[in-house]
Amino acid sequence: MSASVAAGSAGALTVRNISKRFGGLVAVSEVSFSVAAGEIHALIGPNGAGKTTTFNMIAGAQLPDTGDVLLDGVSLAGLRPDQICRAGVGRTFQIVRPFNELTLVENVAVGALAWTDDLAEARDYARGVLELLGLGDKKEARPSSITLPDRKCLEVARALATKPKLLLLDEVMAGLRPTETDRMVAIFKKLNADTGLTILLIEHVMRAVMALSHRVLVLNYGRLIADGKPEEVTRDPEVLACYLGAEAFD
Amino acid sequence: MIARVIESASPRALALLAVVTAALLIAPYLVDSYVLSVLIIVLYFAYVGQAWNLMLGFAGQLSLGHALFVSLGAYTSAALFIKFGVPPVIGIFAAIAMAVVAGCLIGYLGFRFSIRGVYFALLTIAFAEFTGIIVDHISWLGASSGLFLPVKNQQSNDLLNLRGSPTMFYYVILALTGFAFALCSWLLNSKLGLYWQAIREDQEAAEASGVPLFRYKMIAVAISSGLTGIGGVWYAFYYNNLFPETMFKTSQSVEIILGSVVGGVGTLFGPILGAFVLTPLGEILTAATDGMHLDGVKSFFWGFCVAAIVLFRPQGLWPWIYDVLGLAPKKEGKR
Amino acid sequence: MSGGLYLNVAVSGLLTGLIYGLSALGLSVIFGVIRIVNFAHGEMMVLGMFATLVLFRALGIDPLLSLPLVAAALFAFGYLLQDLMVRRVAHLADHMQFLLMASVAVMLISVCLMMFGPDAQNAQVSYGFDSFAIGPLLVDKVRVYAGIAALIVSGLLFAFFHYTPTGKAIRACGDNYTGALVVGLNVRRLYALTFGIGTACLGAAGAIMLLLVDVHPYLGPSYTLLAFIIVIIGGMGSLPGALLGGMLIGVSEALAGVILQPSLKSAFSFGLLILVLLVRPQGLLGKVSR
Repeated sequence: MSASVAAGSAGALTVRNISKRFGGLVAVSEVSFSVAAGEIHALIGPNGAGKTTTFNMIAGAQLPDTGDVLLDGVSLAGLRPDQICRAGVGRTFQIVRPFNELTLVENVAVGALAWTDDLAEARDYARGVLELLGLGDKKEARPSSITLPDRKCLEVARALATKPKLLLLDEVMAGLRPTETDRMVAIFKKLNADTGLTILLIEHVMRAVMALSHRVLVLNYGRLIADGKPEEVTRDPEVLACYLGAEAFD
Repeated sequence: MIARVIESASPRALALLAVVTAALLIAPYLVDSYVLSVLIIVLYFAYVGQAWNLMLGFAGQLSLGHALFVSLGAYTSAALFIKFGVPPVIGIFAAIAMAVVAGCLIGYLGFRFSIRGVYFALLTIAFAEFTGIIVDHISWLGASSGLFLPVKNQQSNDLLNLRGSPTMFYYVILALTGFAFALCSWLLNSKLGLYWQAIREDQEAAEASGVPLFRYKMIAVAISSGLTGIGGVWYAFYYNNLFPETMFKTSQSVEIILGSVVGGVGTLFGPILGAFVLTPLGEILTAATDGMHLDGVKSFFWGFCVAAIVLFRPQGLWPWIYDVLGLAPKKEGKR
Repeated sequence: MSGGLYLNVAVSGLLTGLIYGLSALGLSVIFGVIRIVNFAHGEMMVLGMFATLVLFRALGIDPLLSLPLVAAALFAFGYLLQDLMVRRVAHLADHMQFLLMASVAVMLISVCLMMFGPDAQNAQVSYGFDSFAIGPLLVDKVRVYAGIAALIVSGLLFAFFHYTPTGKAIRACGDNYTGALVVGLNVRRLYALTFGIGTACLGAAGAIMLLLVDVHPYLGPSYTLLAFIIVIIGGMGSLPGALLGGMLIGVSEALAGVILQPSLKSAFSFGLLILVLLVRPQGLLGKVSR
């Protein structure tokens, strides 16, 4: 069994009117958008704009106060994170969260066990995913002995191993060198082209955003202030004012 | 799966395992009755330590109330035997059921209400102590004056009724320890074990990777409490007397966990090694301090040794011995 | 008539509860700041009781007068314990910290056994059998003094944490460890101070408790469990919560002892603990965010 990271053709995400407040602070306010199956969208915005909170609500880690999230037209409301994962939503964490006492293969096999009960099969699949992400020679290592960029790849591998229809990437390029970023971008492009995997990514690295995304969503103070093609959004005066300083385009 | 465990071990480790197993099998014919009695206690703690380790070392859930499961197993089987003449070979099923029900109740409440870490540990203590006080007031179970099994001069060993010589009890607890070891190593190398370890390492990340936390934590508690309950059955018929005053106490739980922690939490050999170190250590201290006629000397050194291990070998003795003896297979990867 | 009995029992339970509260303060302060659960809590309190007993027997000092001395001695003990041992397990898992504290408890019990033997002993003060009569109330003098002493010490502790720079710095450490490091606080010293203050509370509580109960080396574990119950009911880390929880447990234990069998009264406390853990794990006065 080789690692054809097979995903279903579907994976359309619809976010309807979700909000989340923490005490007096409104983190996300009535945000609606949709990602068509097979597309790559980027979610950008300044720190504290509510990007990760939005992710958490899609993945079920936090309950939205209002609104609904649908995958291929089916509501995910009330499902636990593990159920949402099995429904086809894979996610990574902004700060990597590997299983430190397990080898890389075991880390990724945990993800693969979402669709198989056969541990040997899960391990085989995990090896394939690790190869795909360029971690093939470190399969038996532990997360503490690999570099941070490699740990970011591991985070992606574990999510990919669950065979998601929709992949949520939370700043996986942050801290990577340009060459590593380009490698990641190429991997995601290939996955998207080969399997129709839908991707929603939170990213600060504009180089990756511009290279990958079909559309860009901009959050500011919990509100969606732009939703359009990358080149349109980067020309939007409101977006420029709130977030895209000169340094983002150097 | 067992084949896999053997495959992944180094020849040296396998040789050691074979020697230790063989030595344990013939031990009753080589040692005197005192050493045999010590070995019996060693194996008992190796067994219950293994059962406890499954919950913390594998699945990451700290219980400080395992005395409850020993006690429930012990009281259930003993009461059935004394009051209704039910032999332990049948009573053991009721004993397991009682322990598992109690474990699942605590687990259900703890996991459903998201009680974690120290708070979960305190919940387990509270349940054990609470049940102890209740049993202390049930006169049908002997209340505070204790529950006693009839001790007759037995000519032959009666395995079904668990009446017989220390040698018989030795082999029973040896078999149980072997069974628990095999079960744990099989579980650890299964989907269940991998899911448990994922939960132990990072429960949110595990959940996001599709691990149903509640179900797998409950399975861990159920297996751990059931195994511990079986230990309780053996305990009741070996010691023949049960007092709520000591059975349900946190100090009893501490004794159960001590071997695993000293040996190495989360390892398969840790609980066994820990029991083999601690029980004889206690015996040596008893012998060494016997002449002093001073209460407390032994327990002081005991506490001192445990503190020293916590401070200087916090990973337990097994990972250390593992390296010292060179038991690791050529490639990286422990356990 | 029986109403008067209940009132009497409740009032004396309330006064005992103040001492429980003071002792629980010691646990709460240490957990709230250092995040270490002191499983040797009861044994340290017993150590304080024995120290008080020695001063009473050898020099005839009243337990309430020896209170500052005993508290100071226990402060030194706690300071050193934190700095020499507990500090080294701060990064380890919960069960390792538990085991270290449990082994400290075993060593303390052993030392008390070696020095004082296993029998129960007490300090018989001259006013031991006197009582105050207020209307229908008849309250033991010792209990009144004990309650007042516990209140005074608790009051001093509040003042320390709210008005002195050191107290404020300790609270800052408890709220935000990294932040405290960043602004240049000497966290290691503050932690040792905190542990010392926690154990000093136990010394004070022990000194006062000796007025009311006989001391023996195996008394510790029940005080440890009692303090857990109180602190969890009041809210880990909350100082007013500990005092409130102490009074609540003092009164309910005393009443349960009259209404139910005395030996069942701790079952009542454990039941209460389970209930609070499930319904309100942050405790009655604890912060909601956890």
